Amino acid sequence: MTTEAPAAPATTGERPPRRTGRGIRGNENLAGWLFVAPVIVILGLFLLLPILMALWVSLTDWNGQGSPFTTQVPFVGVDNYTTLFTEDGLARRDLMTSIRNNIYYVAIVVPAQTALALGLALIVNNRMLRGKAFFRSAFYFPSVTSSVAISVVFLFLFANSGAVNQLLGVLGIDGPQWFADSRGVLHLLLATLGLDTAPAALTDGGPFGLSWWDWLSGPSVAMTSIIALVVWTTSGTFMLMFLAALQSVPVALDEASTLDGASRWQRFRHVTLPMIRATTFLVLTLGLIGSWQVFDQVYVMSQGEPAKTTITPAYLSYRTAFRDFDYGSGAAISFVLFLIIIVFTLLQRRVMADRDTDAPAAGRRWRRRVPGGSSS
Amino acid sequence: MTALTARPPVATPTRRDRRAARTLASRILGYAVLIFFGLVFLYPFVIQLGNSFKTEPDAAANPLSPFADPVTTAGFERIFAGTNFPLWLGNSLLVTVLVTLGRVFFDSLAGYALARLRFRGRAGLFAAVIAVMAVPGVVLLIPKFLVLNQLGIYNSYAGLIVPLLADAAGVFIMKQFFESIPVSVEEAARIDGAGVFRTYWSVVLPMARPALITLTILSFQGSWNEFPHSLVSVQDPDLFTLPRGLADLVSGSLGKGTQYPLKLGAALLATIPVAVLFVVFQRYFVRGGNEGAEKG
Repeated sequence: MTTEAPAAPATTGERPPRRTGRGIRGNENLAGWLFVAPVIVILGLFLLLPILMALWVSLTDWNGQGSPFTTQVPFVGVDNYTTLFTEDGLARRDLMTSIRNNIYYVAIVVPAQTALALGLALIVNNRMLRGKAFFRSAFYFPSVTSSVAISVVFLFLFANSGAVNQLLGVLGIDGPQWFADSRGVLHLLLATLGLDTAPAALTDGGPFGLSWWDWLSGPSVAMTSIIALVVWTTSGTFMLMFLAALQSVPVALDEASTLDGASRWQRFRHVTLPMIRATTFLVLTLGLIGSWQVFDQVYVMSQGEPAKTTITPAYLSYRTAFRDFDYGSGAAISFVLFLIIIVFTLLQRRVMADRDTDAPAAGRRWRRRVPGGSSS
Repeated sequence: MTALTARPPVATPTRRDRRAARTLASRILGYAVLIFFGLVFLYPFVIQLGNSFKTEPDAAANPLSPFADPVTTAGFERIFAGTNFPLWLGNSLLVTVLVTLGRVFFDSLAGYALARLRFRGRAGLFAAVIAVMAVPGVVLLIPKFLVLNQLGIYNSYAGLIVPLLADAAGVFIMKQFFESIPVSVEEAARIDGAGVFRTYWSVVLPMARPALITLTILSFQGSWNEFPHSLVSVQDPDLFTLPRGLADLVSGSLGKGTQYPLKLGAALLATIPVAVLFVVFQRYFVRGGNEGAEKG
């Protein structure tokens, strides 16, 4: 290896060395680049370059035949994007439906997984209970298993005569046909209030080619089973983050407030919760970022059906490109999704950066993540 | 402290009794909640295990019961005789082993350089690594297909493996770790005349065992479970990995019937390696989970 060549002769005598070993570092420039070269090549070739290629393809009407980088491929400018947002048609309808589905998905998954994760962390952190290590592992285990394998299990659980419906039957509830049921949960709720048919005011128009009534459907029954699966698998990971935060809350603080006569709820609300505020923000934003990326579960469990009520932007972009062979439009949807996720990522980094300046003591390890803050 | 003087802590016996009763009650409640959630999180796996040994009518009639009656291994026999499961297993093993080796080696090399070596552009590179970590995987589906297609490695083992050989999160984990170990040992080695690579290979790397184990486990788990990448990098059934084959099995290329015992059994077999790893190396998983949190 060239990097192993003895470096000692590189020492120059013109200046007294600032620190021992400065001369030894003479060949570090070359070594440094050689060390990072494999990673640069792989990430550059399979991450950065593809993004640029997809950006180009999103401006064309490439149909998957031959190379997209020839003059035969029609260049259409931003047409693929404008079709998605301004033209009344199937493309816009599908994208808006997928965004609606994902908004409801996010609106339930993020609060539910955060609350469940915090609840689990609080129980597992309870000093009076034994066997906590076992339960901590049990709660975390679903997070490490294959999303495809777990989806298979949940398909079985939510089958028409599956475990969930049998359980509901014990409680006297006639369970739905989960993966065939495209009815929106909000629509169902309104129906129980006597609103069976959509009021004309809501069906006549609405933003982006979807009627107000369609926007207000809520997640479909089929989507709720995917939501249940995701909340079940992700809570364990977030529980670990909450647990780490809870363990850094000084016990003395808790005891002092107990002596002051604070009730359990008051202690949680006014002592614990403020102490783990930063972690709560982290969990919420990571949840937001992650839940806009739902794909595997949709692919395995529903393929976007029934009636496109489980289609998400990620799945739609895949389907548009690889099933309808409309790569330009599919790539454009990817970039729309990219933009949505980047917004939440920036928000998260902003919040984390604020936290570091606010509370250097509590910032602990997260701080090092901020670019520039790492140079020693 | 005012509360203390206002309410002296000398409890009357009745009050102490009441408090003891309350502690007991809350402890019982605590265990009840713990066991309830334990069931919620583990029972699906119990159902999976039980039903994979059932006959199809039995699984359809008693999906909740963990006990097969009669017990049959017909589902498992059909997994090995009637599907391409052995092939998928082989592909998954190959991909996982190569990807894990690649990530551990390349990520730690880069992590070490970013932590210790002084070279021009280091700060910029690290910022790039951080930026890359924020790129969501699902928006790369079409882009990855494009580049593999253009390079002529779509539908090949190279396409399945090479793009996964390095990951930014792993580089980040290794860099953080290398920064936490003292420089003095390396400097001693360097003064003794060892080159950069030699110092890294025989002095630094042995000290990095905990981080290497964490990275090995994360890489193994990640590549064993990897699904979207195999979806856009291959389409030849001979190149399917386990998750891909499993997804194919479920989306109905199978004959008649729901065949749940078979599907659950296949999913179970695909889960076992990571489950074993989880039981053995739990604390590394926990650490990895928290490290993963940082990558955001």
